[in-house]
This record gives sequence, structure tokens and C-alpha cells, in this order.
Amino acid sequence: MKFGVLQFPGSCDEVDALQAARRVGDAELIWHGDRDLAGADAIVVPGGFSYGDYLRAGAIARFSPAMESVIEFAREGGLVLGICNGFQVLCEARLLPGALLSNANLRFTSRLVALDVVRTDTAFTGACAGDAQGAQPQGAQPQGGQLQGAHPHGAQPQDPSGTRPPRLRIPAKHSWGRYYADADTLAAMDDAGQVVLRYAPGENFNGSLHDIAGVRNEGGNVFGLMPHPEHAVDELTGGSADGLKIFQSMRLAVEAGAFA
Amino acid sequence: MDTDTDDGGAAAHDAADADADDDVDFGVYIGGVVTPEQQTATSPTVEDALALGLTREEYALVREKQGGRAPNQVELAMYSLLWSEHCAYKHSKKLLRTLPTEGEHVVMGPGENAGAVDVGGGLVCAFKVESHNHPSAVEPFQGAATGVGGILRDIFAVGARPIAVLDSLRFGEPTSARSRYLLDGAVSGIGHYGNSIGVPTVGGEVYFEAPYEHNCLVNAMALGLARRERLVLSAAAGPGNALVLFGASTGRDGIGGASVLASAELGGVGEGAPDKRPTVQVGDPFEEKKLMECSLELLERGLLVSLQDLGAAGLTSSAAEMASKGGVGIDVDVAKVPLREPDMEPFEVMVSESQERMLCVVEPANVAAVMGLCEKWEVNGATIGEVTDTGRLRVLRDGELVGDMPVAALVDDCPLYDLQPSKPSEPIYAGPPAMSGLTYETPPAALLLALLSSPNLSSRRPLFERYDSIVQSRTVCGPEQADAAVLALPDASALAVSIDCNGRRVAADPYTGTVAAVLECAANLACVGAEPLGTTNNLNFGNPEKPHIAWQLTESVRGLGDACRALHAPIVGGNVSLYNEGATGPIYPTPVIGMVGRLPDARRAGRLGFARPGDEIALVGVLRPSLAASELAKLTGQPLPDGLPEIDIDAVRAAQLAVRDAVREGALSSAHDVAEGGVAVALAECCLAGGLGAQVELPEGLWEVTPLPHEPGAPAPIPTLLTTALFGEGSGGFVVSGEAGALRALGERVPVLSIGRVGDDVLGIVEAGAPAGTMVTLTLDELADARSSLAQLFS
Repeated sequence: MKFGVLQFPGSCDEVDALQAARRVGDAELIWHGDRDLAGADAIVVPGGFSYGDYLRAGAIARFSPAMESVIEFAREGGLVLGICNGFQVLCEARLLPGALLSNANLRFTSRLVALDVVRTDTAFTGACAGDAQGAQPQGAQPQGGQLQGAHPHGAQPQDPSGTRPPRLRIPAKHSWGRYYADADTLAAMDDAGQVVLRYAPGENFNGSLHDIAGVRNEGGNVFGLMPHPEHAVDELTGGSADGLKIFQSMRLAVEAGAFA
Repeated sequence: MDTDTDDGGAAAHDAADADADDDVDFGVYIGGVVTPEQQTATSPTVEDALALGLTREEYALVREKQGGRAPNQVELAMYSLLWSEHCAYKHSKKLLRTLPTEGEHVVMGPGENAGAVDVGGGLVCAFKVESHNHPSAVEPFQGAATGVGGILRDIFAVGARPIAVLDSLRFGEPTSARSRYLLDGAVSGIGHYGNSIGVPTVGGEVYFEAPYEHNCLVNAMALGLARRERLVLSAAAGPGNALVLFGASTGRDGIGGASVLASAELGGVGEGAPDKRPTVQVGDPFEEKKLMECSLELLERGLLVSLQDLGAAGLTSSAAEMASKGGVGIDVDVAKVPLREPDMEPFEVMVSESQERMLCVVEPANVAAVMGLCEKWEVNGATIGEVTDTGRLRVLRDGELVGDMPVAALVDDCPLYDLQPSKPSEPIYAGPPAMSGLTYETPPAALLLALLSSPNLSSRRPLFERYDSIVQSRTVCGPEQADAAVLALPDASALAVSIDCNGRRVAADPYTGTVAAVLECAANLACVGAEPLGTTNNLNFGNPEKPHIAWQLTESVRGLGDACRALHAPIVGGNVSLYNEGATGPIYPTPVIGMVGRLPDARRAGRLGFARPGDEIALVGVLRPSLAASELAKLTGQPLPDGLPEIDIDAVRAAQLAVRDAVREGALSSAHDVAEGGVAVALAECCLAGGLGAQVELPEGLWEVTPLPHEPGAPAPIPTLLTTALFGEGSGGFVVSGEAGALRALGERVPVLSIGRVGDDVLGIVEAGAPAGTMVTLTLDELADARSSLAQLFS
């Protein structure tokens, strides 16, 4: 299993992503000017400020030679993870629906956030299965289908077993992380089960619609999130190792042969 | 600012010239270029030299150095910058030479772009603090941003990858709209640059005091890591080698910044600011990110002979410094410099302070490879000259000579001045206004809440949340997690770093206040288990030509030297920022101290928060609390005292060593030093950081309390000894928690007094033997609410 981590001028978190990926497999950096993805089984588009992001976050990176190859790779079903700036790049590239707007507080904000894993049957969250938080408080009845519910923001993050969803603690740090999509798109995403992570109650500091923190494409092989799983792979330096599960999930998916 | 001309002891620049006022204007020279052989009526005159900040005597000396002829405009512009206080330290160099600069861990001392200490495992840590005060007072966002950019270039100029930034900020009281504007702008600027370039901001400090209202301070410190053999010097070498300029192109921005901004007192806020705004440089973190990666890759591939960043005084300072250190000459052809504006005069090219540029010396065979890497990283690269054996700095335009100066004259021959220190007979600073209704007799619980909600002690979360503190995956302890920031190293050990200075205490007693600032940094390191390896400093003072400022500076440097010697924490680099005065007087003298240490096991880094219910809490050390110049004295409107209680540096150091060892052994659950607000605030901070309460019983005779001197006839209220014990400040005290046995063992080395237990969600403090009724019963929520006052001020 080999991860390829893109490196743009202005990338900041590419080495962190590389080191995180190396905890679960091989990994190497891919220079933005290269079209050759070095035989990677999965691609990580890392955080930072690609090309300075002076125009609009991710707007230029989307046109880089490496991204052209990544777009092709994704269309062929390859696994692609976009983190923070990488999420913005994937939205600009139309590999993911929606857009990231300026935080509601208009400021760069950095904090450890709790995320509810909406579904664990994805290529990026499979390793979270079995991490449910325990029984639901009384009165909160499961609604039958995994993604059905009375949550004010679309799909209720809960599990048919009656337990609350797995929760991840992962740092977020960005100025442009407020997830936005129009109502039709949001509804379609809910129907298709494309919302993978939501900010836990009280944690949505950037004002994302429907508390959305991470989404996948319809094919399920492209995933973007604003928080930084690569910064939560070691309790010592991340205050949490929950982010490792994202990388482990990708490895599981590749090894299962579902995405290659 | 950042070109480095420090060779005396500890500093670098940010100050400058004598009676230079706001009238410095390079525009007087815009006109025809005059070659040395063609002196004409348009040549600059002695009046022009005065306008640039040189004295008549200095101008006469320049003529002498130029072989008896008048300097032309290029030469005069270059002399005036290199002979400014900012570059030449002419008022501080003699003092700086008294500072300790050598020690077992020192790899590179003052004089290079940054100092460096050995951190084991074949690695060195390069670090330095610098100021960008006057630019930030004029335009806080860009001033602070380029301050971060400048200090980062200093770090990668020695071949180290920047791994952390800390900042030290001073503003007027936040009740002033201008202070809030400056704070918001400076924090945004620091975040903009640091976040965008991928270097974490891991710590810092902010104080609000009226004397900074018209002259804020923005000091930035950076640390970098390098393999020891990768460190590179700035000395040019090898006549015939190429001089390559790379990075951003050169424009007219920042021309004269070193002398106009850094060398003179700021004028009135309203009138001065608009005029000076064009002298503030504009930062581009993306350009610097590419420049940093390009520089580090050039060094990694062994393509450079030497490397130097461009900061204050631009090419002038960088080329002169490189030539001086190498004992060689340098020819620069300004026609080969990539320009942002095509019609720039030679002197403008030589003094431009355009950001994000580096200068290097390259063997001719490697020039093509260097240009290839510049192309890869999409930065300009141009050969603009060569190293010579002439010992002269020669400026050419398309081969035509337009300036010719001896390198030694530019760099070494600026006259140095003796200070004329004299202790002032009258107080320099007005006493603070009292917070309404607050006195020493106010009940302790109310005093504690007032202290926690005061601007200097409230939580910095609203500020540090605007910084990326985790990128690069080294941050073991970030802001408000421990007394010092802790950064993991590859061999499982860790670096610790702290930056600190309480200017009010230095104002009350420049010697003792400076000793206390150094000891505070060392105490912070002790609390995470780190021993000091080296120190950097930024001396922020007023106009040194005034005897009372000269006295503050002299006493402060004496304290700095004594404390660093006692701690074996030599000074490896630093900066001096003088002329920090506004319309209402000088700033508090503010010798900002940055200290770097090492701990053997990152996993045992000490935390400040209480961690385990049932743990015993103890006061450790030799603190002799006094309310002199304390936060409580400020809140109750007390004027600054004349002097602070003496500090027994050796006793304080012994207490620090004992705490450090206990933390390293993993014997303690938490460790926090007693600082502003005294024991009561320290306890509250431990509770809030850990999310746990504490039940505390203060025994009588808790510490050897130092009462305030009672001035006959003065109506100053005398605080009770209990108030002093709770809120008094001083050096050498710690609040720790842990198992009873561990605390007993610690007591064999240093005084340890058990005072209570960790638990519940209430901080309760009672006085032993006193009638029933607690002095303090506050829930964690009440403490947290009080401490969140900054968020409300800046929301």
C-alpha cells in the first residue's frame, strides 16, 4: 500500500501527512509539476496555502499538472483524500460537491474539535466501526435506516444498534472552512450518503452548513475534510491519535481491493 | 528587522540614530548619479548627511575614510545606514560586550544571523528574538508580519529549518481603541505570516500597560533545527566567486526603514503615522515559503559557500557584512538586480528593504545548479556581483563605478559612544489609575476574580487560537498547556522554550527586574523539566541619549549578565531596539528574554494543570512574596516603587533545579511557577488548566513575606500579610501536585509546604487557624468566566 502526497509551492502540512501515511504504509511526496503519480494506491492532497492561495483557496492548485493526473486517477476510481487546503482543491476541481467559505468569525481559528462519524461504511472511516460511544440516552430511538433521523441537519449520525456514533478528536486550523452547498445539493448528498463527518454538537466553530466537516463523492472514492487527521496520529504531539483511523481505513479499503 | 551587524555581544538592530527626527528623507538625493571621480555641485552636502542622521563629526570621519573626498549619494546613503544605531549599535555595543556569550552548549554565538546551541543527537537549535516595534506602531498587520518574516530568514540563513515562532507583545491598556486595533492587527499579521509559511506559533506573551500606548512592542522569536555540520556562515570567501541574489525582486518599499523608523522616536500618533506608512515593508509569506525551501535545498546539496538574509538596510548591510566577516571585498552591479520598478537609482537598489530576499556566495562551477533550483522553487535568481580581494565594497551600474568604500570603514569604523547614565531623582512613570473600588482590603475572592479578569492575566486563548501551533508535528506542549512550549526531537528528547519580561517590574528596578525576567524563563523551563542551554534577548528601551534611559539600560544589562552567568545560560544572539518613546514619554524598559532548554524525555514534559483528584498540592521553593510592582498593586492604583526586594539568584536556581529533576523523574503530576498574581492566581491557573478544583489551607507563616516599605507620611494602604502571601510576587516559588511521597522526597532538596488536595470543581482557600469561613470559594466556572475577559474585549 503506497500513499502519494502532493506537494505544491505553499503546502505546509505535506510532511506531516507523509509521516502520518508512513505509519500505515509506504508514502512519498509528488511534486506539483509532475504528472506521474509514482504508482501510488491512494493520493493525499495536503493542507497549506497552495501557490499562496491569494486568488481563492485551491483555485490555482486545481490546474497543476499533478492535479490533472489526480483528477484522472479519481475518475478511474482511485482513492483521494483532501485535507483542509486539499479539501478546498478537490472542491475547486469539482471532485467533491460544495465549497469552503470564510469562517463565520472571519478569522483563522485553530482548535481540537470533536467529530461525529456519520457512517463507518466508507473507504475513509471503515476503521472507526466498532468505536461507538455506548448506548444512546433514553428516549433517543434509532430511526431504522442508518442515515435516517430527525437531526435538524439532515442525516442523524447514529447507528442502528442504538449507540451513539463513533467520535473522533482531531485538530482543525483554517480561515476558510465553512462548508457550503445549495439546498438541492445538500439534499442530494444526504440521499446519497455523502456526508461522512459532522462537527459534534457545539463544535462547529466555522459555521459549516449542517455541521458538515467531511464529505465524499458519489462514487465514495474521494473524500475531503477540514480538520487535520495527519496531526492526530500520536497522543504526544497531537493530543489524540484518532486521525490515524482515516489512514488505516484507506489502507483497509485498498487491501480489500475495492478501490485501485 | 533583520540584517545582522551584531558583533559586540548580544544584539542586532532595531534602533538607530542620534537626534534623527522625522525629517529623514532620501528623496533629497534623487537626481543624477555622481561617480567618485566626478564630484559636482549636485553632490550631497554635510546638511544632507545630517538629514540622514549622521552627526557633523561622523560626516567628517566618513570623508576621511573616503580618502579626504566627500562621499557621493550612493556612498552617503550606505554610510548613513551602516552607521545608524540600528546597524552599528553605537550606543549599546560597549554594554553588550559585558554579556556572557560562551558555554558548553554554545555552537554559534552572537555575530551570525542567529545563535545556536547543541541539543544532542547531532542536532543544533538556532534561535533569536528580534523586534519590529516602530513598523508595527505605524501599520500593525504588515509590521508584525514582516517581523516574523525577518526572524524566520535569520534562522534559515544559518541553515536551520524554522520549527517554531513565539511572540512578545506590548500595548497600551485595552480600554483604548487604538490598543485594541494594534493588538488585533499585530496578532493577525503574525498569524498570517506564520500560519501561511507552515511554522507553528507555540507560545508568547502579551502585556497591557499605559506606557506602551504610543509605542507598542512587537518582538518575534524563532527557533530552527539543523544537523550540526549543515550550519552555514555568512562570511564571504574566495575571490572570483559569484554573488547571487535570490528571492523576491527589489522595489522601493521600505527605503530608509532602518533610519527613519528604527532610529528615531515616533512622532505623535496622528501626524507621524500616515507619513511613515510607505517606509513599512509589505510581507509575502508565500514568497518566503519558496525562498526558505529553496535556501534549505541549496544548502542540503552543498551548493553555497555562504548565505545571508536581507533585512534592514537591504543589500548594503548584507554585502558589507559578508565582505567584512570574510575579510574580502565585494563588487555589486545594481543593473543586474531584478527590479520591481525599472527606473530605480543605484542608491535605492542598495538600500531597498524589499522583503523575502537572500544573498549567497557561490563557486562559479555551481552557479548553474543554483539557478536551476531557483527555477524549481519559482524565485528570482541573479548573479549580481563577485567576491574580490580588494577589501572594498564597490557599487557599479552596468560596469560603471558609482560607489567605492572600504569595507572596514563601513562595518567597523562607526564611532561608539559611551552612555551617560544617571538614576532619575523623580519617578519617570505616572501611577496607574485604580480599578474602581478595589483596595488591599477587598475580600480575597473578589481580588482573585479581579486579577484573573485583568488584561495581563486573562486567558490568551482568543489570541493563540488564531495561530497554527501544531504544524510540523513536534508540539508536545502548546499555549496554556505548560509553563514553557515543548517541541519533540527525533531522539525522544525535547526542546523547551519560553519568552518573558515584566516591564513594570523592570521599570521599578532595572537590575532586579531584569534578573527576575531571566529567572522567570528558567522557572518556566524547570516546570517542564528542561535545563537552560542558551538565551536570546531583545532590549527594548527609550532614547539612550537621555541619562535616565541610559541608567535603565545599563542596570538592565548588568542584571541580564549576572542572571545568565548564574544559570549557565549564555546569550547567543539578540537585538537592541532603542528610541521607543511616544509623545507621553518612554516605554517601560523591556528586556525581552527568550530561553531555550532541553529535556531528556518528551513524554515526561511537565504540565501546569492539576491532573489527578486526591493529589497533594505543595508550595515549593524560596519565594518571598511582595506586592511591590505586582499586578495587585497596579489594579489598586499604587505608584511604582523605587526598587524591588533583592533576589538570591543562587537560592532560586537551586529551587528550579529541584523542581526540574522531580519533573524529569516523572514524580510530579503538575508544576507551575508562581508569577503575576502570586500564589492565588497560580492555584487558579492550575485548576483551570486541569479542569479540577483544589482545597487549600494556607498555614500561618506561609512564606517569609516581604512587607511593603512604609513611607512616613505616605497614605499608601498597607496590605495585610495574608494579602501579600496570596497575591505577592517574586522569584523562586512553584505550585506543584503529586503523591505525598514524591513531595516529601522533593522536600529533602528544597523547602516544600503541603497546602491541600486536588479534587472537585471548586477552588477553596482557607486560612489555617482562622475563624470558620473560607477566604475563597469559587467554582471552576466562576474562575473561567473571570479569566475569559479578553475574549469579550476583542470579540
